[in-house]
Amino acid sequence: MKWLERLAAVAAKEVRQLARDRITIGLIVGIPAIQLLLYGYAINFDVRGVQTVVLDQARSSLSRRLVGDLGVTQVLGGIRQARTDAELHELMRQGDANIAIVIPADVERRIAQGDRAALQILVDGSQPVLENVAAGLASLPFLRRPGRPAAARPVEIMVAYNPERRTAVQIVPALCGVILTMTMMVFTSTAIVRERERGNLELLITTPVSTAELMAGKLLPYVGIGLIQTTLILALGYWLFGVAIQGSLIELYLGALLFIAASLSMGLLISTVAQTQFQAIQMSLVMVLPSILMSGFMFPFEGMPKAAQWIAQVLPLTHFNEIIRGIVLRGASLADMRFELGKLSVILILMLTFAMARFRKRLD
Amino acid sequence: MSVAITARDLARRFGAKWAVAGIDLDVPRAQIYGFLGPNGSGKSTTIRMLCGLLVPTRGTVTVLGHPAPKESEVVRRKLGYMTQRFSLWEDLTVRENLEFMCRVYGLGRAAIRERIADRMRRYDLEGIAAQRAGTLSGGQRQRLALGAATLHDPELLLLDEPTNAVDPQSRRDFWESLFELVGRGTTILVSTHYMDEAERCHRLAILDAGRVAAEGEPKDLARDIDAVVVEIGEIDFAAARRSLAGVGAVRSIAQLGNRLRVLLPHGTAEPARLIRAALADGNPGARVELVGASLEDVFVAATRLRGEAARPERAA
Ligand SMILES: Nc1ncnc2c1ncn2[C@@H]1O[C@H](COP(=O)(O)OP(=O)(O)O)[C@@H](O)[C@H]1O
Ligand SMILES: [Mg+2]
Repeated sequence: MKWLERLAAVAAKEVRQLARDRITIGLIVGIPAIQLLLYGYAINFDVRGVQTVVLDQARSSLSRRLVGDLGVTQVLGGIRQARTDAELHELMRQGDANIAIVIPADVERRIAQGDRAALQILVDGSQPVLENVAAGLASLPFLRRPGRPAAARPVEIMVAYNPERRTAVQIVPALCGVILTMTMMVFTSTAIVRERERGNLELLITTPVSTAELMAGKLLPYVGIGLIQTTLILALGYWLFGVAIQGSLIELYLGALLFIAASLSMGLLISTVAQTQFQAIQMSLVMVLPSILMSGFMFPFEGMPKAAQWIAQVLPLTHFNEIIRGIVLRGASLADMRFELGKLSVILILMLTFAMARFRKRLD
Repeated sequence: MSVAITARDLARRFGAKWAVAGIDLDVPRAQIYGFLGPNGSGKSTTIRMLCGLLVPTRGTVTVLGHPAPKESEVVRRKLGYMTQRFSLWEDLTVRENLEFMCRVYGLGRAAIRERIADRMRRYDLEGIAAQRAGTLSGGQRQRLALGAATLHDPELLLLDEPTNAVDPQSRRDFWESLFELVGRGTTILVSTHYMDEAERCHRLAILDAGRVAAEGEPKDLARDIDAVVVEIGEIDFAAARRSLAGVGAVRSIAQLGNRLRVLLPHGTAEPARLIRAALADGNPGARVELVGASLEDVFVAATRLRGEAARPERAA
């Protein structure tokens, strides 16, 4: 078992060096925590409490009920009444209101005949999300069904706009994959390139350590770090945002393990190309950015052009996103996720084979 | 088998440049074999080819009976290598570095304890055992590197400029350690650009521009030098240099204290009289005498006199 002893020696050395590198230790914990807080709290795709001004020219019971209904949705907050058109525009220009709703004097006749727009909604175009809000308001059922304004129950509006913490629920599982992609690839690629840069590799490769022992020994500690990060993200997601795991925790970890291995092997491949740590980080970024943009983390996967969808197949994150969303949100099992697991395995095996073939115990 | 390393027509090219341009080597066992050569003469490249770290562009190498790089993996267990640049881990302590190297060479627990204790004592590392390698002085680093390279009792030690940036006393101690290792049967190949170190080797190859310019025992090299050495004293140096610059046969002039040392090609007829005649104008009272060659003269002759046109050395 000499090989195991050598592998253990390399792994123990890596852990020891890591433990002395305070900044890296900080990053291992800090990156997931900060990203999760940032995405979880700051980036909120839910829209609530939009400052609104209403110009009610009809002043009828119907128009008053409309304004009341709008207030209940919670999408619009702090609804103010403007007395004149000029006052409405003044409020918009000053930024005190982001949405303006004009109820024309003949609103009842417009709703009844349905030939002209019943309401006019003005949106502050400088804030992109608000257009969606306006579009949503325009399609509210009570405006489309003339003669039955009473059907406009606030509940229906809430379903469309205010499912509790919807962003966090989507973000937490997906963020797990994004953070692992970032840290795993950068950590492994720099871990090996650092030894090359500092001249340690020239000594290391003249010892009996084999390529496989060296790589496994270098990677093993990062598998552990990846699992720690996964745990951290899921725990914070649960405590801070109440994202519970619907599926099996063990299966989730098994899926994460495969994804971590695939990301590490990608970092390994980078390390066989890069000569300096700076190059290694640049190359990792080249992989991380498409992962974030194309894996379905940012934009819906189905909405991307076919070519982009094909490219995304090479990215481990694309498949892991499916797996973790399935297990965490839909309570899926690994068996349900076998195609994704298969694709991840293929990526892992290909990357490892390439990396092993490229890494020589030589300097040229 | 009495030969540790054999190389035939060994060559290595980087791009268009031949770093090693075809050298033959026979390194005897249990001796110190020196590579003497200026920077860029191909010392490191040759040593790396011996380790199997670089693949030769041409030629054959056999190290401890195994052809390189094909069987380098086997040889690596019997070989210790001290790289030109310090290559242990600066963020590990002296002891941790030694422990790691022991484990990588597959030593057992008991052996690890015994070897580390021995190397610490032998190379005076006990006082700095818990110190990070990155904080060590040049001499301490070198002792640690030698200790690490010898943990597995290698048959062959390859040392690439081990005494670079090390103070004279540490260099002396280091060479004592080398002779002690050789006394126990280790073969050592060491590269250097210090003359005094080259003089202490059993055998020596003078490398120049990727070729072996001279090879042999230091004493023999000095005796068989392909040049005559003339020493000149009691002169005005500036005037003498001017006069000698016009003498076609003069290949090199170097000042040593208050004397000038002049190299002329082997077979120059009456070199002393030639020099005296040249100095007659500016320095009629000069003392001129033929002297025995030093290793430095051999080095200069080997690296600068190879049949080129007369180009007097102007450096002081
Ligand atoms: N990896 C390399 N790539 C390109 N040129 C190299 C490389 N290694 C060495 N050389 C060149 O080969 C020549 C010999 O270098 P080296 O063997 O390091 O000399 P020495 O060790 O005697 O100083 C030098 O000109 C050097 O620039
Ligand atoms: Mg060198």
